[in-house]
Amino acid sequence: MTGFLETMFSPGSADMILTIGTIVVKIAILIGIVLLHVAYAPYFERKVIGHMQVRMGPMRVGPHGLLQPIADGLKLFFKEDIIPAQADKSIFYISPVICLFTAMSTLAVIPIFGGFVIANINIGILFVLAMSSLGAYGIVMSGWSSNSKYAFLGGLRSSAQVISYEIAMGLSLVGVIIMSGSLNLTDIVAAQEAYPLKSFIIPQIIGFFVFCVAAMAETNRTPFDLPEAESELVAGYFTEYSGMRFALFFLAEYIGMLLMCAIAAICFLGGWNGPFEVPYIPFFWLLVKVYAFMFIYYWVRATVPRYRYDQLMSLGWKLMIPLALFNVVLTGTIKMLR
Amino acid sequence: MVEFPPLGPVMPEILMTGFALLILVLDLVIKRKETLAFLSVAAAAVVMYAVLGTSGVTFSGMFAADGYSMFFKLIFLLSLILSILISVKYIAIERVNYGEYYSLMLFSTLGMMIMASAGDLIVLYLGIELMALSTYVLAGFIRHAVKSNEAAVKYFLLGAFASALLLYGISLLYGLTGTTDIKGVAAYISDNGLAGNPALMLSVILFVVAFGFKIAAAPFHMWAPDVYEGAPTSITAFMSVGPKAAGFAAMGRVFLIAFASLQVQWAAILIPLAIVTMAVGNIIAISQTNIKRMLAYSSIAHAGYALMGVIAGTPEGLAGMMSYLLIYAFMNIGAFAIIIMLRSEGFSGENISDYEGLSKKHPVSAALMLIFMFSLTGIPPTAGFIGKFYVFMAAVNAGYTWLVVVAVIFSAISAFFYMRIVMYMYMKEPRREVELTTSPALGLALAISALGVLVIGVFPGRLLDLARIAITLGWGL
Amino acid sequence: MLPELFFYYNATVITVLSALVVTRSNPVHSIMLMLVMFFHIAALYLFLNAEFLAAIQIIVYAGAILVLFLFVVLLLNLKKELVTQIFIVRWPLGLVAMAGLLVLMFAGIKSFTLGPTGDFTIEKIAGETHTAAIGTVLFTEYIVPFEVASLVLLIAIIGAIVLAKKQIKT
Repeated sequence: MTGFLETMFSPGSADMILTIGTIVVKIAILIGIVLLHVAYAPYFERKVIGHMQVRMGPMRVGPHGLLQPIADGLKLFFKEDIIPAQADKSIFYISPVICLFTAMSTLAVIPIFGGFVIANINIGILFVLAMSSLGAYGIVMSGWSSNSKYAFLGGLRSSAQVISYEIAMGLSLVGVIIMSGSLNLTDIVAAQEAYPLKSFIIPQIIGFFVFCVAAMAETNRTPFDLPEAESELVAGYFTEYSGMRFALFFLAEYIGMLLMCAIAAICFLGGWNGPFEVPYIPFFWLLVKVYAFMFIYYWVRATVPRYRYDQLMSLGWKLMIPLALFNVVLTGTIKMLR
Repeated sequence: MVEFPPLGPVMPEILMTGFALLILVLDLVIKRKETLAFLSVAAAAVVMYAVLGTSGVTFSGMFAADGYSMFFKLIFLLSLILSILISVKYIAIERVNYGEYYSLMLFSTLGMMIMASAGDLIVLYLGIELMALSTYVLAGFIRHAVKSNEAAVKYFLLGAFASALLLYGISLLYGLTGTTDIKGVAAYISDNGLAGNPALMLSVILFVVAFGFKIAAAPFHMWAPDVYEGAPTSITAFMSVGPKAAGFAAMGRVFLIAFASLQVQWAAILIPLAIVTMAVGNIIAISQTNIKRMLAYSSIAHAGYALMGVIAGTPEGLAGMMSYLLIYAFMNIGAFAIIIMLRSEGFSGENISDYEGLSKKHPVSAALMLIFMFSLTGIPPTAGFIGKFYVFMAAVNAGYTWLVVVAVIFSAISAFFYMRIVMYMYMKEPRREVELTTSPALGLALAISALGVLVIGVFPGRLLDLARIAITLGWGL
Repeated sequence: MLPELFFYYNATVITVLSALVVTRSNPVHSIMLMLVMFFHIAALYLFLNAEFLAAIQIIVYAGAILVLFLFVVLLLNLKKELVTQIFIVRWPLGLVAMAGLLVLMFAGIKSFTLGPTGDFTIEKIAGETHTAAIGTVLFTEYIVPFEVASLVLLIAIIGAIVLAKKQIKT
C-alpha cells in the first residue's frame, strides 16, 4: 500500500494516470451494462413468470411491453419522497445508500472475461463476502429507522436470514478456494480449465447446491422472501420508503441477484470459458451462464411456495451449514490425498 | 515440509481436551448427570497421571511442561476433582443439573494448565481467556437467580477489561523486544539494557494490573465479593482456588523470567499491592454477615500472603507460594464443602448466624469446619500454618522482614472473623434446626481436604521439598 | 509524506470515532459510528499490506459481530436511554482518572524504542501474498495458539447455549 501510494502520486507517472483512466472507463462500461440489466431484469422476470402462469406479462407499454421498465423508472423518479415523521432521519437516508453501495462495489472484483476486471485483487472472494455481509446493515437499519412495526420485523427477519445463510455461502465457497488454491476470482476461473467441462461443477456439486440455496436466501428471493412477505409484512424493511429511495433498494436487490449469478458462474461453472470460443464476444459464455442462473431464480419463484421462518432457520443451520462443512472436509481430504 | 513438533509434552492437555469434548457429547446420551461427574473425576485422575509422566519443551518453546508447571497442574487438577465432588448434589438442589457444567469445568482447568505451561505470551493470553470464559459461564450457571446473573456479568465485564490491559501490555512488550517468547523477552531486555525504560515499566504496570485482577488483589478485587456471593457455591470454591493459582503461575513465569532484570521495579509495585490486599481482605471480612462474602474477602487476603512469595523473587519464595496455593486448595474447598452441606431445598445456609450451635446437632461437620477455619487462620497443627510459615520465611530470607511483620499482624486480625464462626458453632445455642445435605461424593471431598490439611500440617517437609524440586527441575527449561 | 498523512488521518478518525461511540446516547448511532471506525481499522491493515486481515476485519467484526450487537440493541426497549442525558453520575472522577492514566501512558510511550522487526518485509509479503504468508505462519509456528483459540470459540458457543437453555422443571 505504501509503495502503491508513492507511485500513484509521484510526479510524472503518466503510466499511472493512464491506468486510472482505464479503470474509470471500465467502471463506466460496467455500470452502464449493469444498470441496463437491472432495468430489464424485472421485465424478464415478469415475462417468465407470466408465461409460466399462462399469462402474457407486461404488454401495454411498447411492443410486448418492452418499454415497461422505462415507464417504471420514470414513475419512481417523479414520485413524492415521503419520510415518516418519527423516523430516525440520518439513518433513514443512509440505509438505501448502504445497500446500493455494497452491491455496486462488489462489481469491482467480478471479472467479465480474462483481463477485464476493475480491481484484480488477491482477496476477491473475501471482498465479495465482506460486502455482502455489510449489505445486512442497509436492511436492518432501514427497518429500524422507519419506526414502523412491519419494517422493523422485516428488517430483523432479513438480517437474521442474511447472517445465517452467509455462513453457508462462505463455507460452500471454501471448497472452490481449496481446489483452486486462490482467492482471486480470475485465478479461480483459470484453475477450472483443467477440470471436466472446464468447471468445478462436478467435483463441487455439493458446494454448488449449497451456494444456490444460500444465494437465494441472501438476496431475499422466494422461497426465502420472508423479510418482504407481503401477506404478513406489507413489504418488509422498505415498507416506508417511496420514490427514488425505494428505487435504490430495488436496484440493490437486482444487482445483488446479478452478483450471485455471476459468482456462481465464475466459481462453479467455469466463468467465461465455454465449449468453444465465440469470436469478438469474450464474455459470451459468462452471460449465458448468468442468465441461465437468473432464469432458475425466476423459475423457483414461480413454482415454490414460501418457507415458514423456523423452517428457514433450521434449513440454514442444521442442513446447509453441516453440508457445506462436509464438503470442505471432503474437498480437503481429496486434495491432500492427491 | 515442516517437521511436526513432538506432542509428548502437550499430552495432558490433549487428553484433557478430548475428555472435555467427550463429556460434552456423552451428555446427550447419559441421562444421569452423576455418571458424568464420576467420569469427569476419572478423567481428571487420568490427566493427573499423565501430567506426572510428562516433561519437555515443544512447539519451539511455546509450550513448556517443566516441574513448575507440573506442580501447578497438580493443584488445578486437585481443585477440579474436589470441586466436582462437592458439586454433584449441590447443582441438583440448585436445579442446574446440566452436563455442560462438568465439561466447562474441565475446559476451565485446561485453560489453567495452558497458562501454567505457556512459554509464549500469546499462548498465555489464550490460556487465560479459555479459563476465564468457562468460569464466566459457570458463575452465571444458575440462570434463574438474579444474583448469579449479576455475578457472571460483573465477572465478565471486569475480566474483559483486564484482558484488554494485558493485551496492551503484551503489545507494548512485543513492540519493544520484537518477540512474544517469554525467554526471548528476558534475553532482549538484558542484552539491550532496556531495564530502566519507562515504556517497559508501563508494560510491567499493565501486567501487574491484569494479573492483579486474576488473583483478586486489591485494588483490583472489587469484582470478587459480588461474584463469589452470586456464583454457585461449588463454582465459588473452584474459582477461588484454580484461577487464582493459575494467575500466580502465569505471574511467576512472566515476572521471574521475562522481567527478571526488572525485579527491583516490580517488587516496588507489588509490595504496596500485597499490603493493601491483606488489609482490605482481612479488615472488610470482619463486617460480613454472609459466609460466602466473608470467604471472598478471606480469599483476597490469602492472595496477599501468596504474593509475598513472588515479591521475594527467589526460588524459595516461589516454592513457598506454590505450596501455599496447594494448601489453600485443600482448606478453602473444604470450607466451601461445609457451606454446601448447609444448603438444602428452600434454605440457603449462607448466613454466618446459620452456624450457631452447629456442634450440638452435627459434631463431625462442626469439627471439620473448625479444622478448616484454624487452617485458614494459620494455627499450628494445620497446614495453613505451614503454608504461611514457608512464605514468610522466604520473604525474611529475601530481606523483607518488615513486610512479614505487617503480614503477621493482618494474620492476627484475620483470626477474629475465622474464630467467630468457630465460636458460633461451639458456644451458641442453635436458633433453628439445620438439616445437612450429604452425599458420598461430598463426604469424599471433605475427607480428602481434611486429610490434606492435617497431613501437610503434621508432616510438612515433604511438600516443600516437592515444590523446591519442581522449581529446580523445571525453571531453567 | 503521503503514507504518514494517510496514517494520521486514520488514527485521528479512529480515535474521534471511538470517543463518539461511547458518548452517544442512542446505541444504534453508536453502532453505526463503530462500523465506520472498523472501516478505518481495515484501511490501516491495508496500509500495512495485510489485505487478508483487512477483509477479515470487515467480514468478522463489521459483518458478523457488530450486526449481532445491532440485533441485541434493536431488541431492547431504548426509551429510557434515549432521554437520559448523563449515564455515569461520577463522571468528573472518571475523567480525572482517565487523564491520569493518559499522562502515565504518554510518559511511558515517549521513550518507546522499536525492537527488532521480523522477516516478513513488504517485499516478502508481496511476493507470496499476504493470505499465504499468514496461513503458513498460523499453521506452523503458531499452531498452539491457533488450536487454543478454537477452544476459546467453542467455549463461547457452549456458554451461549447453556445460558439460553430452558430451565429444569422440578
